[in-house]
Amino acid sequence: MGGLPRWHILSGIMATRQAQVLGRWALAPAVTVLAAWSFVPLALTIYFAFLRYNLQDPDNTGWAGFSNFYYFFKDPYFVKDLINTVLLVAGTIVTTVVGGTLLALLLDQPFWGRGIVRLLMISPFFVLPTVSALVWKNLIMHPVFGLFAGIQRFFGSHEPLDWFGRLPLFSVGIVVSWQWLPYAALILLTALQSLDEEQKDASAMDGAGPLSYFRYIVLPHLARPITVVILIETIFLLNTFAEIKVGGIGGIAGNLTYLVFSQLNDATDVGMAAAGGLVAVVLANVVSAFLVRLVGKNLEA
Amino acid sequence: MGSITLKNVRKAFGDTVIIPGLDLAIADGEFVVFVGPSGCGKSTLLRLIAGLEDVTSGTISIDGEDVTEAAPAKRGLSMVFQSYALYPHMSVYNNIAFPLKMAKMDKAAIDAKVQTAAATLNLTQYLQRRPGQLSGGQRQRVAIGRAIVRNPRAFLFDEPLSNLDAALRVGMRLEIGELHHKLGTTMVYVTHDQVEAMTLADKIVVLNAGVIEQVGSPLELYKSPANQFVAGFIGSPKMNFVTGAPAVNRNAATIGVRPEHIKISKDTGEWAGTVGVAEHLGSDTFLHVNAAALGTLTVRAEGEVSVSYGDRVFLTPDLNRIHRFDANGVVIR
Repeated sequence: MGGLPRWHILSGIMATRQAQVLGRWALAPAVTVLAAWSFVPLALTIYFAFLRYNLQDPDNTGWAGFSNFYYFFKDPYFVKDLINTVLLVAGTIVTTVVGGTLLALLLDQPFWGRGIVRLLMISPFFVLPTVSALVWKNLIMHPVFGLFAGIQRFFGSHEPLDWFGRLPLFSVGIVVSWQWLPYAALILLTALQSLDEEQKDASAMDGAGPLSYFRYIVLPHLARPITVVILIETIFLLNTFAEIKVGGIGGIAGNLTYLVFSQLNDATDVGMAAAGGLVAVVLANVVSAFLVRLVGKNLEA
Repeated sequence: MGSITLKNVRKAFGDTVIIPGLDLAIADGEFVVFVGPSGCGKSTLLRLIAGLEDVTSGTISIDGEDVTEAAPAKRGLSMVFQSYALYPHMSVYNNIAFPLKMAKMDKAAIDAKVQTAAATLNLTQYLQRRPGQLSGGQRQRVAIGRAIVRNPRAFLFDEPLSNLDAALRVGMRLEIGELHHKLGTTMVYVTHDQVEAMTLADKIVVLNAGVIEQVGSPLELYKSPANQFVAGFIGSPKMNFVTGAPAVNRNAATIGVRPEHIKISKDTGEWAGTVGVAEHLGSDTFLHVNAAALGTLTVRAEGEVSVSYGDRVFLTPDLNRIHRFDANGVVIR
């Protein structure tokens, strides 16, 4: 009896070990790419953030301590741009989650041509941010040639609204929301389709009307996908840049990303830009962690 | 109160007719089981009664009141679904309380009702759990709890045991039977399992392709099936059908004999055959006997029978318990 089972156990252990070694080698390329893609830039950013490094002042070198951070916070634009960032992210998330939920509910209904409508619906997501910003600014929101101006004139207005001039942050919010609405709607639609039909029947038997069904069955079911949408959108929206740059409103309604850009581009201060970039990273993490917890708690309880 | 009357109920999805027109009366307090093969329209019929599907034509009335156009919740019925359809994000307590909350009952009354239902169903210690943390049998009980708190006029069960394993199924079957005796409420139960039908029902409705084949008590259906379909569907193992000479001798196109109504002998008997597979269950022995021109006959012998594969045996049907059918499969009495 003795020898055979022991041999089996041994070979089992060896097989496991071999699989582990093989697994590590198989993962190595992915890990290497990931490291090169994210760790190296992050490490460089941290390094630059503590360095005196201004392209217009090449003789001034050496360690800067925390002064880059200090001057970034002291920048007259910092507080304003921080508020703009939060407003833009929060406003867009509210618009896209609410709008996306309603759109998803609509697209979940059976109607003729649903497949084509769904396909058309995702299309804004494929438009490059610069392109969509240009289209919105010059064809839709322009005070002279724009579609909105045309509508206003049709209703008798002589002085149509200059969207980007008068409401810069709100206008960028509309453009960004238009781009992200399909994403939210698509994720939420997929979630809706995984909702068990018998739940609907059961709640109908239990006396839940359409609103109660939405409030007590559908919304809790969507809680998790909504947190996913919020998380992903937060990360991407904190980086909104193209729409602000193309809109030409960086000076009046810029966000932190734009401030980092202007430190680098206008002030050519690499050290300060790196410090600002780090602040933005930390901010992104704090905000998204906070949001996810808030939404998760409210919807699942 | 909970009598349900269906009058000329018809259901079609587009051109596909599920129920071509059906009349049925369910008395107050009765346990009625709809049984039939899959696709026979039994679940559709239950959903029509529940109001989850609209009838194409005909009327449904509960306690004499026409509810054909009434919303599901207005019919005063509760339903237990095949997948239980518990709300996954709510605790057991909130699941059971949900219909009461929708009925805008005050909190104290809801709590009293939920606690009573939980006590009846042995769920008290699980009230704070989510459905995902419960076993299949416990989920089933939560679904029943959610159904009983509303004091419905009738319960509708849609294959409630089909997701449970065999041992639990027997246990839950007993619990549902017990519940019916305790509450005395009308129950309409859909299943494809004739054992569930036989054990639970006061009245069985055998459905085939949307048509009622026969209505009767379990023993009525067992003793005098109206046609070959019912004869073959009710009873386990299935009734043996024999055509040819033995049938013609008895002035029938087909005769049917239940496996338990055939005597087996090693020496003499009406039909000869060789034993195929023999299933020894201890209490019973099921023999699959290859009887030449008659085909394979199933024989149920009580207790242990010492025959084995390939043995030559003789079979004699119980003369008083032979069912005769004409060419259309209708019984000849």
